[in-house]
Amino acid sequence: MDILDIADLHHIYRGHEGETIALAGVDLVVSEGEFVAVIGRNGSGKSTLAKHFNAILLPGGGRVLVAGLDTREEALLWSVRQMVGMVFQHPDNQIVATVVEEDVAFGPENLGVPTAEIIERVDASLRQVNMEDYRTHAPHLLSGGQKQRVAIAGILAMRPRLIVLDEATAMLDPIGRSEVMSTILRLNREEGMTAVLITHHMDEAVKANRVVVIDQGQVVLSGTPAEVFSQYKLLEALGLDVPVAAKLSILLAESGLPLPAHILTAEQLVDELCRLN
Amino acid sequence: MSMMQQITLGQYLPGKSVVHRLDPRTKLLMAFGFIMVLFIITAGWVEYGILGLAALLIIYTAKLPLGMVLRGLRPILIILSLTIVLHIFSTRTGTLLFRLWFLEVYSGGVNQGFLLAARLVLLVLSTSVLTLTTSPIALTDAIEFVLKPFKRIGLPAHELAMMMTIALRFIPTLIEEAERIMKAQLARGADFESGGLIKRAKSLLPLLVPLFISAFRRADELAMAMEARCYRGGDGRTKFKVLRYTKLDFYAWTCFVAVSALAFYVSYAL
Repeated sequence: MDILDIADLHHIYRGHEGETIALAGVDLVVSEGEFVAVIGRNGSGKSTLAKHFNAILLPGGGRVLVAGLDTREEALLWSVRQMVGMVFQHPDNQIVATVVEEDVAFGPENLGVPTAEIIERVDASLRQVNMEDYRTHAPHLLSGGQKQRVAIAGILAMRPRLIVLDEATAMLDPIGRSEVMSTILRLNREEGMTAVLITHHMDEAVKANRVVVIDQGQVVLSGTPAEVFSQYKLLEALGLDVPVAAKLSILLAESGLPLPAHILTAEQLVDELCRLN
Repeated sequence: MSMMQQITLGQYLPGKSVVHRLDPRTKLLMAFGFIMVLFIITAGWVEYGILGLAALLIIYTAKLPLGMVLRGLRPILIILSLTIVLHIFSTRTGTLLFRLWFLEVYSGGVNQGFLLAARLVLLVLSTSVLTLTTSPIALTDAIEFVLKPFKRIGLPAHELAMMMTIALRFIPTLIEEAERIMKAQLARGADFESGGLIKRAKSLLPLLVPLFISAFRRADELAMAMEARCYRGGDGRTKFKVLRYTKLDFYAWTCFVAVSALAFYVSYAL
């Protein structure tokens, strides 16, 4: 069964200045074990979309099914939230407790998990994100990347089926970003954890199995990173960056160099160029 | 970081002494009990001597530096001296010691003043020992436990404890932020130091307004993050750290009852 099945999702914000259409008919399916990146410029609706995954927002039209459960069913709310873990943008504003291990235990405590099992889950989750040496540290003394890893551990301890990172790397320095990215990549590849990454960093999107481009509340492109980034003209028209290596390789291919079509990173480009020699 | 180092959160002094290892509920209830005994027994030097000796013994067992404990008395110095002075000049029992212009000082007044001061000192000492030997988290758990029986009359015990935890969690974060805003304002020529009291209070306004706005934004985001992690109040919630009484707590209560009984005996039976 698909973990996430979204059909014709609409969402409208009603404010003082009238209505803003945030989502206008989004279709999206995420299967078990996938790593999907959702990209789009500011105001494209990508964060609104993420908030529909675990019923923080409810559909104004269309439907969202999480492992077959409709998010509009109030009785299913807590099952949905247990299955879809969400890591938010601001590292400081999602850590609740004054000690790392207590924060990781917060989710399972809310779910009513017995104490002995909470202890097991806290141990396992901290090990999964390589933060076991920081169990008894105070969160405010950790770096941004470490805080986000604690947040990921707090989600893992709830045993979710899908992790959503809602711009979780946006506030981090490059080191923190690579810490979070390598953690989530390892979880996806080694432990089969399904992940959706909402981002505007293209170098992160490149690492996903599938990239979905959102603009003005609609999916405009969807496919493997190579497929999506080969449409660099469309992406640039949407105000998105294209990874330099991808764009350069396409331009080189267009001007006659026999380069393959799936180059996304500088390393790949260097390898291919050396092969031409 | 300068401000961070000055503020010791909840003034907890980590340690491994017997007093540190007691269950936080034991310590909290004992501090309460101690204060109750202090107010029920008749004021007298022997009675307060017994309680003071007990307090000193606890401080010694907890391996707390005496200077640090006494520093906890600094905030009440004014109240202390006021108590003594008022009693000395207003109580007119005992023998007349001396006359200062129109003020008369009697021996009973001196005695009464210092007795009440001793009571205040003991009161503050007992709470200082509690907060110095108990981590804020443990104390929060204990408070939640103690307030639980009052849930029936509508006291939100769990919610109060959760608010305390979140406050403790965000104090360092907000201090950090205040420092950042302060530096940003200083860089643009703001002056927080000069001028009179009113001028300085006014100059804090550009610091407090952004701080409050950001605190509200944080609260909003935190609430959403908590809901996303299935937080729905205290009902059906389990605990990661379960409080457990040990033999140590039994011994501690035995000592407490013995000392209180002695104080009551001296106070009422002799």
